Amino acid sequence: MDASVTGAKAESVSSESVPESVSSDSVPSDSVISLRGVRAELGSRPVLRGIDLTVRRGEVVALLGANGSGKSTAVRTVIGQVPVSAGEVELFGTPQRRFRDWARIGYVPQRTTAAGGVPATVTEIVSSGRLSRTRFGVFRKADREAVRHALDLVGMADRARDNVDALSGGQHQRVLIARALAAEPELLIMDEPMAGVDLASQEVLAQTLKDQVAADTTVLLVLHELGPLEPLIDRAVVLRDGCVQHDGPPPRALGQHALPGHDHVHPHAPAGAEPIRTGLLS
Amino acid sequence: MDFLNYAFMQRALLAAVLVGITAPAVGIYLVQRRQALMGDGIGHVAMTGVGLGFLLSWSPVWMATAISVLGAVTMELIRWYGRTRGDIALAMLFYGGMAGGVMFINLAPGGSNANLTSYLFGSLSTVSESDVTAICLLAAFVVVVTLGLRRQLFAVSQDEEFARVTGLPVRALNLLTAITAAVTVTVAMRVVGLLLVSALMVVPVAAAQQLSRSFAATFAIAVAIGVTVTIGGTVTSYYQDVPPGATIVLLTIAAFIALSVLAAPLARRRARALAAAQPAGDPAECAIPATRAAGDEVGV
Repeated sequence: MDASVTGAKAESVSSESVPESVSSDSVPSDSVISLRGVRAELGSRPVLRGIDLTVRRGEVVALLGANGSGKSTAVRTVIGQVPVSAGEVELFGTPQRRFRDWARIGYVPQRTTAAGGVPATVTEIVSSGRLSRTRFGVFRKADREAVRHALDLVGMADRARDNVDALSGGQHQRVLIARALAAEPELLIMDEPMAGVDLASQEVLAQTLKDQVAADTTVLLVLHELGPLEPLIDRAVVLRDGCVQHDGPPPRALGQHALPGHDHVHPHAPAGAEPIRTGLLS
Repeated sequence: MDFLNYAFMQRALLAAVLVGITAPAVGIYLVQRRQALMGDGIGHVAMTGVGLGFLLSWSPVWMATAISVLGAVTMELIRWYGRTRGDIALAMLFYGGMAGGVMFINLAPGGSNANLTSYLFGSLSTVSESDVTAICLLAAFVVVVTLGLRRQLFAVSQDEEFARVTGLPVRALNLLTAITAAVTVTVAMRVVGLLLVSALMVVPVAAAQQLSRSFAATFAIAVAIGVTVTIGGTVTSYYQDVPPGATIVLLTIAAFIALSVLAAPLARRRARALAAAQPAGDPAECAIPATRAAGDEVGV
C-alpha cells in the first residue's frame, strides 16, 4: 500500500527521480528550521536516511509522503522527540540540543483526541499550551486572554467550558490547534492536522491557518494530501522511504487526483490488482 | 460525638482526613495518565519497607516511605527505558516487593505475618503520636505538590509529548508524580492498608467523574468524597466494631454507585438543555458537499 500511494503521488510530481532541491547547501540566516543530512532510526530500522529540509521565516511548507515515508519522524526530530543519529537540526539558528525558547514554537501532535483519563474542559486543555509563557505556571490576565483569543481563532469560544469528551473529531483537532496557538508562537508545527476532520472543521482550520500566515507565522505541516490547505502552501517537500524526493512548488493534482477521495492506482501494480480505495468515490 | 473525647479517635480521625485529601489528589493525575493501578504496585513494594523496618527496628512508616519512593522511581525509569518488557519488569518489582516484605518480617526477631496484617489492611486505632507526625508531614508535601504544580502536572498527564515541546521538565515532573504517589501510599498505609490504598486513589476520582465536566471540579469533588468516606468509615468503625479500612473502601464504592445512578438523569437533562439551545433544523449536517457532486459528474 505504501509504495502504491507514493507511486500515485510521484506520478503527479513532474520529475520523479531528480529531487528538486531549492537550497540545501547554503543555509540562509533567516531559516527557522534547518535539517542537514539528518538520519534517524526507530528501533534498528532506518526511518530517515539523510534528509535536508529548510523552512524560512514566513514560509508555509508541507511535508508530504506515504505512510511510513518518515514525515512524522522528520517533524519529531525537529522538536527533539526522536534522537538524530547523524546530521544537524537547528531551530531559529540554534542547535536543537541547546534550544530552550519553546514558547516560540506551537506544536500540534498527531492525535485523534484531546481527551485524557479525567474530564477536562476545552479551556483547561488550551491553557496548558500557555504554560511556556508563564512563570512557574502562574496565570495572569494576559495569559487568560491569550487562551480566550486562541479559542476565538479556531471558532471554539462558545465551547470553552464544555468537556472535550463531548466534541467531534474535527473539534478535537481545533482544540489541539488552539492549544498550540495559545503561546502565540512564531513557528507552527502540525502533524496531520486534517486527519479525521469533518469538512466544516477543515474549512475553519484552513481559515485559521490563513490568518496565522497573514500574521507572519512560519508553518511546517505534515499532510497526507494537500486538500483545502493547498492555496496556502508555498513549498512542498515529498519524502519517500526516508529520503527527500521533491522539494519545490506543491505538486499539482492532475486528472482524477484533483478529485477529493480519488482511488490510488499504482501504475506498476500487477494487472487486475485492486486499486487502493481511500475516498468518497469508492 | 463522644468518640472525640478519646485521644486514639482524635488521631485516627486526623489521619483519616489527611488520607481522604491526599489519596484522590494524587490519584487524579494517575487516572489522567491512565496508570490507575500504579498505587497498587507501590503498595506491594512498600511491604518490603515495612518488613525492613521491623527487621532493623526502625520506624516502619519511614522505612516504607523510603522503599516505596525507591520503587516508584524504578517504575518510572522502567516506563522510560523499558519498551516491550516493561510490564514483566513491573510484575517482578510488585511481587518481589511483596515477597521481600514477608521474608524480612519473618526474619525479624519475634516477627510474623500477623505484624504485617495491620499494614496490609490498616490499623487505624493503633495510630501512634509519632505516626501522626509522620502522616502530617507527608500529607503536607503531597498537598503542596498536587495543588502548587497542578497546571504543570495536568499538562504532563494530559499529553506528555506536547508538554515536552512546551519546555516543561517532563522527566522531573514524572518523577515527582511517582514520588508523591509513593508518599501517599505510606500516608494511607495505616488507615486503609497497603492492599486497599489504590481504591482511595482511584475510586473517588471515578465517582467524581460521574458529575463533573472539568478537571478542577473533578479534583474538588474527588477530595470531598475522599474526606467524607474516610470520616464516615472511621466513625462507623467506632460504633459498629468493623474494620475501618474495609469500611472506608466499601463506602467509596457505594459513593461511586450512588453518583453513577444520580448522574444518568442529570446527563439526560443536560443533553435536553443543549438540544433546546441549538437552533432548530440545522441543515449543515446532512447536505451533500459540493465537491462530492463534482466527482459524481465525472462518472468515475
